[in-house]
Amino acid sequence: MNDFSSALSNAVGLVAGLDPQLLEIVGLSLEISLSAVLIATILGLPMGATLALANFPGRRAAVVVLNAFMGLPPVVVGLVIYLLLSRAGPLGPLGLLFTPTAMIIAQAVLVTPIVAALARQTVADLHEEYDEHLRAIGSGPLQRMTTLLWDGRFRLLTAILAGFGRAIAEVGAVLIVGGNILHSTRVMTTTIALETSKGNLGLALGLGIILVLMALSVNAAAVLLGDAAHRRFG
Amino acid sequence: MPAAVTGVCYAIDGKTLIDHVSCRLDGPGRTVILGPNGAGKSVLLRLCHGLLAPTAGHIRWGGASPVETMHRRGIVFQRPVMLRRSVAANVEHVLKIKGVPRIRRPALVEAALAQSGLGSLGQRQARTLSGGEQQRLAIARAWLLEPAVVLLDEPTANLDPGATRAVEELIINLGATGAKIIMTTHDIAQARRLADEVMFLHHGRLLEHRPAAEFFAGPRDPNAAGFIAGELIT
Amino acid sequence: MPTQSRSRCGWLPAAIVVLGMLPALSNAESITVASTTSTENSGLFEYLLPIFARETGIEVKVVAVGTGQAIRLAQSGDADVLFVHHRPSEEAFVADGFGLKRYPVMYNDFVIVGPASDPADIRGSKDAAQALGKIAATESVFVSRGDDSGTHKKELSLWQASGTDPAAANKSWYRETGSGMGATLNTASGMNAYVLSDRATWIRFGNKGELEILAEGDPALFNPYGVILVNPEKHPHVHAAEGQAFIDWLVSEHGQTLIGAYRIDGQPAFYPDADSADAVDDE
Repeated sequence: MNDFSSALSNAVGLVAGLDPQLLEIVGLSLEISLSAVLIATILGLPMGATLALANFPGRRAAVVVLNAFMGLPPVVVGLVIYLLLSRAGPLGPLGLLFTPTAMIIAQAVLVTPIVAALARQTVADLHEEYDEHLRAIGSGPLQRMTTLLWDGRFRLLTAILAGFGRAIAEVGAVLIVGGNILHSTRVMTTTIALETSKGNLGLALGLGIILVLMALSVNAAAVLLGDAAHRRFG
Repeated sequence: MPAAVTGVCYAIDGKTLIDHVSCRLDGPGRTVILGPNGAGKSVLLRLCHGLLAPTAGHIRWGGASPVETMHRRGIVFQRPVMLRRSVAANVEHVLKIKGVPRIRRPALVEAALAQSGLGSLGQRQARTLSGGEQQRLAIARAWLLEPAVVLLDEPTANLDPGATRAVEELIINLGATGAKIIMTTHDIAQARRLADEVMFLHHGRLLEHRPAAEFFAGPRDPNAAGFIAGELIT
Repeated sequence: MPTQSRSRCGWLPAAIVVLGMLPALSNAESITVASTTSTENSGLFEYLLPIFARETGIEVKVVAVGTGQAIRLAQSGDADVLFVHHRPSEEAFVADGFGLKRYPVMYNDFVIVGPASDPADIRGSKDAAQALGKIAATESVFVSRGDDSGTHKKELSLWQASGTDPAAANKSWYRETGSGMGATLNTASGMNAYVLSDRATWIRFGNKGELEILAEGDPALFNPYGVILVNPEKHPHVHAAEGQAFIDWLVSEHGQTLIGAYRIDGQPAFYPDADSADAVDDE
């Protein structure tokens, strides 16, 4: 219990004092995870919608694989991207290893299947409901996709938030491809891992509390935004 | 735009739903396809609009296929499909699909809503409307681009008498603008109120096709006679 | 002036790369140093590097992993400089042509840490191998790094000297964590077990529990650190000039004084060692 009370006072102290190192780490965490989620959304929504609407041989297998990829182990993704980006690997000349860019790529790989799989489910459900109407008014395939994606926006937002939750909370991928370098690639989760390994458990737990609060705030903000939009635009 | 239905059959899973139906539909006015539940009225309507393809025979609208001429017809289903948007947005969506330029849309939306008595409901969420209001919205959508023909599939089957009256008024107004109305119903009283011409359908076969006054004065087919006498014909 | 390290718009280069276009430009005024978790956990880098950056304008990015992985990083050219503490591996690194020259920088020592109750009775021992032998004989719980690090290799050489092979021993008292120094210390603290640690990490460690230093001072526990520039002939992209500048700074009188002045809890953590006769190069 000693660790928990020291954790709480650590957390309060850091936040209240606006500790500059803390702000730097929080800022980098948000930048990386939000960027990854943005990429995952741009890639995942059309991917999911296409899988829901198009008919091609092997589609069922593709859906099974996509759903399975929602559970990709972050540390494995980190390892694979590390091997790709290392100077000894195929993408070595890009010099991306141990940079925030590499971390964004790794998290985008983790989050895209989540967004795509949930988008696929949402679009498929709406498609069943809307299909006759959309055909009757003569919708083209692209129009159909955008109509279904927009009408599914609240469920899709939930999917995107789930993706963000995955990104902000993972440590395996960003640790391996980022290297946890001070002032450069150190984020909330890798800092918690580091402080734990230094035995500073109170501090680590305090950071953990802040991390959870961060995730809660982003989710709350998104839901409130959604409510406001719902009221205004319907 | 006249419709020529020639020897149309529709079978699925070994069951014949439409059995060698041939007829010609032209001229203004309201044609009512009458018959008991399960007669195949909805299937016939969908075949005419091109949402289903006949397994034998063909349908031509002014010489062209139903799919090619879909844009010149509107259709209203028994259960209207409401997009998860406002009433006005539902109407605007149809305009967007049809490629109407953005500038022209607000005026068209306003006119369509006023025409259907929904002028004050523009910003309401479409899915919160009553059954009757939703059906009037569906008719407003179908009416939007001055179609030559409007197909309605049991539009008031789920509505109370007050809502039914409002919808029937709308249908009459719609027909008065010159659009041909083709409507299915199992409600004999409704057919008496609205029909200029009656097609009696039973077990997928067209048993009678005559002007309404003649039909109701004395149906030739015994099934038809039994039906309008209120019997359960099998 | 220290250069701004963090990329401001992380998502933009990521998006571009994903589309397969321009590679991210590497910052010419920064170097990547592959080092070990124990060195990082001692806090030495946090103390030294800002001074170096202020004086030279070169930003040093430290990737802290186990010694084995640090060496692999340097071998594949993912780092510019290697800074670890296992002489045999470092000498092999240079001999195989991956590095230019090994410069001794500093040393500290390892200590055997254990529960205050000391079931193996090794308190005050000046013979590390003998102490380990007593731990094995009493089957007291011992936690090992088990991760191919410098510390782990030192530990294995001490077991060899003691005549016991813990790998063949009854596994119940010998626990391998496969983790860094800090994580291993956490485990030892939680199990109230014996563990071999470098002194600096131990002093700075915040979760000691009932553990204390029980054996120290044996010359076999000597822990020398060496720094090596990755061979630019093998990896032309290496920032050779800046890397060498870092090495020269570390072994200069100024750098050595700074290293010697670093304190943890008022105690010296490292002893400067640059002018020792142990310098090795690939000639």
